[in-house]
Amino acid sequence: MEKAAPAQPAQQEAVTLTGGQVLLEAFIQEGVSTIFGYPGGAIMPIYDALYDYNDKLEHILVRHEQGAIHAAQGFARVSGRTGIVFATSGPGATNLVTGLADAMIDSTPLVCITGQVFAHLLGTDAFQETDVINITMPVTKWNYQVTDAEEIPAIIAKAFYIAASGRPGPVLIDITKNAQLQKMQFSGYKKCTFIRSYRPKPVVRPEYIEEAARLINAAERPFIVYGQGVLLGKAEEEFKAFIEKSGIPTAWTILGMSAIPTDHPLGVGMVGMHGNYGPNKLTNECDVLIAIGMRFDDRVTGRLDMYATQAKIIHLDIDPAEIDKNVKADVPVWGDCKETLPLLTALVDKKLHGAWHRKFTDCAKQEQEKVIQNELHPTDEVLTMGEVIRNLNELTGGKAIVVTDVGQHQMVACRYAEYGHTRSNITSGGLGTMGFALPAAIGSAYGDPTRTTVAIIGDGGIQMTIQELGTIMQFKPNVKIMILNNCFLGMVRQWQQLFHEKRYSFVNIQSPDFVMVAKGYGIPGNSVSQREDLRDAMKTMLDHDGSYLLEVMVGKENNVFPMVPQGKSVSDIVLSREEI
Amino acid sequence: MKLRNFETKRKMKKEFTITVYTENHVGLLTRIAIIFSRRKINLESVNVGPSEVEGISRFTMVINEAEEVVQKVARQIEKQVEVLKVFFNTDEEIVWQEMAMYKVPTKVIAEQVKVERLLRQYGANTVVIRNDYTVFETTGHKEEIDALAEALQPWGLIEFVRSARIAIIKASEGMHNAVLEFEAAEPSEPAAENEFLDKRDGVFTM
Repeated sequence: MEKAAPAQPAQQEAVTLTGGQVLLEAFIQEGVSTIFGYPGGAIMPIYDALYDYNDKLEHILVRHEQGAIHAAQGFARVSGRTGIVFATSGPGATNLVTGLADAMIDSTPLVCITGQVFAHLLGTDAFQETDVINITMPVTKWNYQVTDAEEIPAIIAKAFYIAASGRPGPVLIDITKNAQLQKMQFSGYKKCTFIRSYRPKPVVRPEYIEEAARLINAAERPFIVYGQGVLLGKAEEEFKAFIEKSGIPTAWTILGMSAIPTDHPLGVGMVGMHGNYGPNKLTNECDVLIAIGMRFDDRVTGRLDMYATQAKIIHLDIDPAEIDKNVKADVPVWGDCKETLPLLTALVDKKLHGAWHRKFTDCAKQEQEKVIQNELHPTDEVLTMGEVIRNLNELTGGKAIVVTDVGQHQMVACRYAEYGHTRSNITSGGLGTMGFALPAAIGSAYGDPTRTTVAIIGDGGIQMTIQELGTIMQFKPNVKIMILNNCFLGMVRQWQQLFHEKRYSFVNIQSPDFVMVAKGYGIPGNSVSQREDLRDAMKTMLDHDGSYLLEVMVGKENNVFPMVPQGKSVSDIVLSREEI
Repeated sequence: MKLRNFETKRKMKKEFTITVYTENHVGLLTRIAIIFSRRKINLESVNVGPSEVEGISRFTMVINEAEEVVQKVARQIEKQVEVLKVFFNTDEEIVWQEMAMYKVPTKVIAEQVKVERLLRQYGANTVVIRNDYTVFETTGHKEEIDALAEALQPWGLIEFVRSARIAIIKASEGMHNAVLEFEAAEPSEPAAENEFLDKRDGVFTM
């Protein structure tokens, strides 16, 4: 849902504004509508300026800066726009580090503004002073400290350009208090479109496209694995056209999920440690592997020296550093997939791969019998996470945005959620940040208020950022919160069961009465543990006009399968505990 | 199942010189250094200074690593927004010098012919002569500098300091033209764009 940025104003008459005001004017020119933040001493002049921008900029006051940055991430993921965060100096800025690391590894476009002490106090261990620039250097795409208001327009322009272009990422701008207060002559804002040392997108080389098409056309068992690059490139249509013409079985990574509907005839499921049986096993049987907008993360590849060694690998990616980083590509197609995919589509033959595709369906049948049936339609009394997701699919028609936290519930949700719409699967992939879901769901609700946002969170993860219930209480975004409570830090417990002889070391976490806590925050809720109550309780949650918290007590020692054990080949994917 | 066979040659550690051109901005040194420290790679020597183009700095760094590691590190460096270009080369591909200064008691040089001959043999230049000490400098390769320092030790080497390596790449054409291309308002089409795809194992550019 794009908000049109106002047309660039012609060079206007110079007007005297403070640095803080100039910052906000720049934001408006960049099409910013929503800011997630938390004030403090060092960022007060900006907040003072913000007071007069109430009609133009919406600010959501969170309960912890980590909540602000995860909310901005959720906003960015769902809307495709750049997320904006405000935090003060010192602890405010350091509270952003987890979110910056998360956004960095998952390529989410963010612009974070942190206040900083007066320039003359830098390096004196002043009150709430920290060396934010150096602390956040490894976890930002770019960062900069502004000590003079005159720098603000150009630096902000640069920040927005860097955050959203090429492979997106988080940018942090640290503005000293004097710069925020300093008066300057502001005569118009100019967007940044070029930085001489930065090449976000290359000119595409046709010979590599031709080579790729040649390989694909000659392939007998081609296989496509795609990731978030398709979403980041806003190339869902181009991607769909490519797979439909080439007729190639297509699997997704956890972050790529929903770029094509989950029931697309060419979709064969998810790759990864807890992905589907077929995509993992048949990776080592294909003859051409086409990787699009994915980075061969270790959760996807398993043991690298046994990953697709028999196949020719075509790698489409916008980041040249990713090509050959983990897996050597036979044909590197460096470029923006929105440009490269149509070029490739034009050259590939229209085909079907019936027999090869049937191998995936056969694997799916085995997985259905051994794993999926019991997970989605359990026969004993214990509620499974899978059946909760199945009910959610049925009740939302695959139209909801599902935001997951980290753990077993995340894997189950990603395996079984059904999506008909892009940008529907919001989760912390590369960093696996527990506590991500609740604030990200708030951001998601702002990012696309036309769709229903459902947060699926474990009993561990919810307690990490539970204070953001306060943000929901105050600003009333519509977020459906489902806590899948198995009274354990489930994923760690599973590994302790499988690999550490069931030595459950500190995974039995106790939780408060979540419904009572929600009530304290003015959020209605319910808790169910019986199958006969589940569906109605979920329906009540979804139909409720406003945020709602539903706790579902699920099986305590259920495990997520299939699994590619760590350090094993993707061919060694196991369907049950007995096979490990 | 066939195991993926990485070329063994590329896995052997070797001395590499990495040349980086960056904007002359605060913080670049840290941004680049952390790419190495993150991988627990020791920077054997680092030289940073202005390049032949105004506003652009040139880094010369020496590390001891396998080629495939160096290639990946080079790409990560070039990914940084304010890095213009990265090159990585083995010793055979560069012309390099390192400098050293030696502080020796003047008495020794005045009285011992052997020392005078030693200094002449290594082509040492005099920097400063004082009553009590004299400072010499030599320029050359590490082994030559090591040898002279070791040779001077028994005669009373008071102090010794060496510089980092600076290197010129035999095959390069310098940065001046490349920067003029970079400065064009529109990203230009020339080979600078996709060279890396041709020479993926060598010179890297974006």
